[in-house]
Amino acid sequence: MNAIEIKSLTKVYGTNYALREFTLNIEAGRVYGLIGPNGAGKTTAMSILATLLAPDGGTATVGGYDVVKEPAAVRRLIGYMPDFFGVYDGLKASEYLEFYAAAYRIPAGERPRLTRDLLELVNLADKTDTYVDLLSRGMKQRLALARCLVHDPAVLILDEPASGLDPRARAEMKEVIRQLRRMNKTILISSHILPELAEMCDNIAILEQGRLVANGTVEEVTAARQGARILKIDVAEKLTELIEFLNNRPGVASVDGEPGWARISFTGNKTAQGQLLRDIMDRGWTVLEFAEIKGNLEDAFMAMTGEVE
Amino acid sequence: MRELNPVLLKELRQRFRSYRSPLVVVLYLMVLGGFSLGFIYLRWRSAPAFFQPGSSKEIFTVLSMAQLGLLAFVVPGLTAGVISGERERQTLNVLLTTELSPLSIVVSKMVAACSFTALLLFASLPLYSLVFMYGGLAPVQILGVLAFFLVSMLLYAAIGVSCSTYFKRTGVSTVTSYGIVFFLVVGTGFLGGFIYELYQHQARMAMTNLQETPFIVQLLQDTNPVMVMLRILGEQATFGPGRDMWLPYWGTYAVTCIVLSVLLILWSGWKLNPMNHNRKLFR
Ligand SMILES: Nc1ncnc2c1ncn2[C@@H]1O[C@H](COP(=O)(O)OP(=O)(O)O)[C@@H](O)[C@H]1O
Ligand SMILES: [Mg+2]
Repeated sequence: MNAIEIKSLTKVYGTNYALREFTLNIEAGRVYGLIGPNGAGKTTAMSILATLLAPDGGTATVGGYDVVKEPAAVRRLIGYMPDFFGVYDGLKASEYLEFYAAAYRIPAGERPRLTRDLLELVNLADKTDTYVDLLSRGMKQRLALARCLVHDPAVLILDEPASGLDPRARAEMKEVIRQLRRMNKTILISSHILPELAEMCDNIAILEQGRLVANGTVEEVTAARQGARILKIDVAEKLTELIEFLNNRPGVASVDGEPGWARISFTGNKTAQGQLLRDIMDRGWTVLEFAEIKGNLEDAFMAMTGEVE
Repeated sequence: MRELNPVLLKELRQRFRSYRSPLVVVLYLMVLGGFSLGFIYLRWRSAPAFFQPGSSKEIFTVLSMAQLGLLAFVVPGLTAGVISGERERQTLNVLLTTELSPLSIVVSKMVAACSFTALLLFASLPLYSLVFMYGGLAPVQILGVLAFFLVSMLLYAAIGVSCSTYFKRTGVSTVTSYGIVFFLVVGTGFLGGFIYELYQHQARMAMTNLQETPFIVQLLQDTNPVMVMLRILGEQATFGPGRDMWLPYWGTYAVTCIVLSVLLILWSGWKLNPMNHNRKLFR
């Protein structure tokens, strides 16, 4: 059964498509990573699922309920953590959770226990009486995650829960998410860093400029990504002509003109790569740099886009 | 018993517990009391021997005017940030994903703000004892004025809350609510007078007299808070000979305030639901 079904979802701001015919199905119990650079449409998609934004086209359902037609039913099913959020002043961590527990109509008698359990789950048991506005960013993020869980939702929608955290806080956040995964929740989690999600997720979808450019298990997506190499080519002159030349060259999946140098996604093997270098030099360009770039996520995106188009 | 809405509970706590609240109450009473005592003093100084029961009505009128002015000033200020403030603090989205309906959020904010304003009103009641000392007003008039303040407060609060829902920024919302309330308190009176002059001018050109007040003028004067309040206090505050309406002037006023408030609140609840955002823009 699919916990989330997104069909041809479209959202337009003026002439800017934040989402363009975005389609994705998420099986119940899966941890799904939604990846894309800033502005790709991750927050837009998640806001629509969280019933906070009306789409301009397409449909989305959570647990079978349409987000536009039955938002109240959807809200009961989901725990949503926005990318940016504020906290009320003058509330202690426990009061913070109790407030939201009340907002979810959890009986008053159950709240103290629930609050204690949740704070423990996110490793904030020792911060019960600390004022929320005094917590560190990492702690606030984890408290917000606990807040998502007060009504024990089946589906979690977490918008960049690890962004802006130092490595240690990030590791703690990941640990909590791993725990939630063990609790069999369906989790949609976004990030602009692929490796960050790769180890936590079952599946990964990559968004770029509002379009789905890759979707599959972590292995499938990372393998596809490894199919292409990213090369940086810097020449002393006539960069525009070089880009034109590269564009018509077999094995070159996509070309990106940076100021001063070109970046390509190359699908050929090492021999073909050497041949490419020789051909460039034979045509009279002075090559200043010709190197493979590794591990940069944006380049991975570029590779993905290249294959789709 | 069902528990209070958590937003209402939190708002009440914030409103009544914060150190600012007693300050607001004290300030409110000081302005109101100072104004009335100042007035009494001036009256007494100009004619010490003639300070008569008749002038206690005058004091009452001055006191009520001051009260109306303060309400028109305080209520939009208390309400114009209730929703936009949450939006600016980035707490609104999360609140909207809970089981609290948008309407219940709006109503909670409204009830909390009105409770606090009602507290201000009731705290000012002892000042009215000044008037009782001299007599000169029927108790029903005093109750009438109190009811008048309550329905006015309801409308001003609804205006503030709906501006706060409609506008993204508290600043814009505050300016707009003050603008609308100012128009209601002052503008409708002037507009009524102006339109009445036009009708009268027309009648004079036709060599006739107005037999009754035109409907629109009557409506404006029955909904203008200053004129309605003066009439409750027994003053002559009308344009022209009057006209038969479905309700007496105070009924028109109360019904208008209550109906408008309810409509504004329902609309705010609808507007606050994100899924209604671009309903009408739908392609
Ligand atoms: N309220 C808005 N008004 C106009 N444009 C917006 C708005 N929200 C998002 N966008 C645009 O939509 C696109 C997708 O944004 P977003 O979903 O926030 O991306 P992400 O979360 O992946 O960084 C961006 O180009 C962004 O500029
Ligand atoms: Mg985002």
